[in-house]
Amino acid sequence: MESIVVPHLPAHTLHVGLFKDVENPTFLRQQLLEGNTDYQYAFADASMVASRQAVLAACSRAIDDSIFGRMKTRNLHSEIVFALSAINNISESFRRMGIQDTTKHVLAMKVLNESVTASQVDAFLGEHVHGTVVAFTDEELSSMQDVPRIRKIYKLPPAGKDKSAKTLSKTDEAIVIGSMALRGS
Amino acid sequence: MAADPLPTSHALPSPFSTSTTPLTLIAQGAEALLYHTTFLSPTTPCALKIRPAKPWRHPTLDKRLTRQRILAEARVLVKCLREGVAVPAVLGLDWETGWMAMQWIDGGSVKEAVRGRDVSVNGADGVLKGLMRRIGRAVGGLHAAGVVHGDLTTSNMMLRPIAGETADRLRGEIVLIDFGLATQTVQEEDRAVDLYVLERAFGSTHPREEGTFPEVLEGYREVFKGAKGTLRRLEEVRMRGRKKSMVG
Repeated sequence: MESIVVPHLPAHTLHVGLFKDVENPTFLRQQLLEGNTDYQYAFADASMVASRQAVLAACSRAIDDSIFGRMKTRNLHSEIVFALSAINNISESFRRMGIQDTTKHVLAMKVLNESVTASQVDAFLGEHVHGTVVAFTDEELSSMQDVPRIRKIYKLPPAGKDKSAKTLSKTDEAIVIGSMALRGS
Repeated sequence: MAADPLPTSHALPSPFSTSTTPLTLIAQGAEALLYHTTFLSPTTPCALKIRPAKPWRHPTLDKRLTRQRILAEARVLVKCLREGVAVPAVLGLDWETGWMAMQWIDGGSVKEAVRGRDVSVNGADGVLKGLMRRIGRAVGGLHAAGVVHGDLTTSNMMLRPIAGETADRLRGEIVLIDFGLATQTVQEEDRAVDLYVLERAFGSTHPREEGTFPEVLEGYREVFKGAKGTLRRLEEVRMRGRKKSMVG
């Protein structure tokens, strides 16, 4: 798992864990639905995540909105999942980007504060998310992505004939990030 | 672009006001300030466009205008990306506080490249004509996407070096920048005026190279199906000038 400090947001260290082949998505989703206060995490379905940059863009957007009291969801972590979406419908956004019973790979994100340290987060996620921790890189993400679904959900232009439709291009990634940034406008 | 940071009296919006990441002011226009900084990761350079509040405007009006302009620019950029036009990607924005972070485009402007070109080498004219043709294709692609730029000049065009190619000043991919005056339109008139503005700006910025401008229109014809109508309209615009109505 990895701690990330995004430029311009030094007070909001992110802690991110990418989990492959998660066995207990139903349990994790249940904790969120029940509002279990131990689960102050953003859990995203990693197959829907376009790239590392897209994740950092969503976190920045959610933090920016929280600073100005503009959050549309219950807390900063649900707001991060919402910020990964390009549509305004909150429950549909959670269905698309968030953890589902059928989710295989999970991206767990946490914004650290004075009361939670990175090692506590590591210990908690390591115990409760039953999957293999892999590096949070575009390479790992691309092995988990459901590219046709990402194309559909972000309304990406059809991939050219010469290019393989199985991977997202740099332009595709840019369109995803741009659409996320324009959400709610 | 100045090498030294320009002095500024504007307060930056949050989170940039408390940022520990360096921000360098690189350009200042009537509407916006442009900074070079990083965004999302320390290795992602970005151009940050800030539209500070105008104290002389009514606060409600000011907010509405800032919001409209930030969003119009961001929407045009994302539309261009969708249509395959080379423009800077949008990395983030806040229309309430008035900023937009865009991908940093490497390389220099077409203006610098044309001004600094070596006219003594063999085939210099051919290289310049090739560049002009590529400019025309870039503008044609933009118009085909249903967007007019609104301020086409050689300083609003970058030459992004292409990996593996010789770093000749006049080579590279044309990337259009500064869509602050851009509009989404299907009007022939708007496209013709866009070309006319470029023609006039080019003639005054690069008088010695003015004779190569027809190459731009040639490149424009190559990529844009509606070029014929636009170029016919351009003839009319040349006769009467940029303003259609005789007011203002």
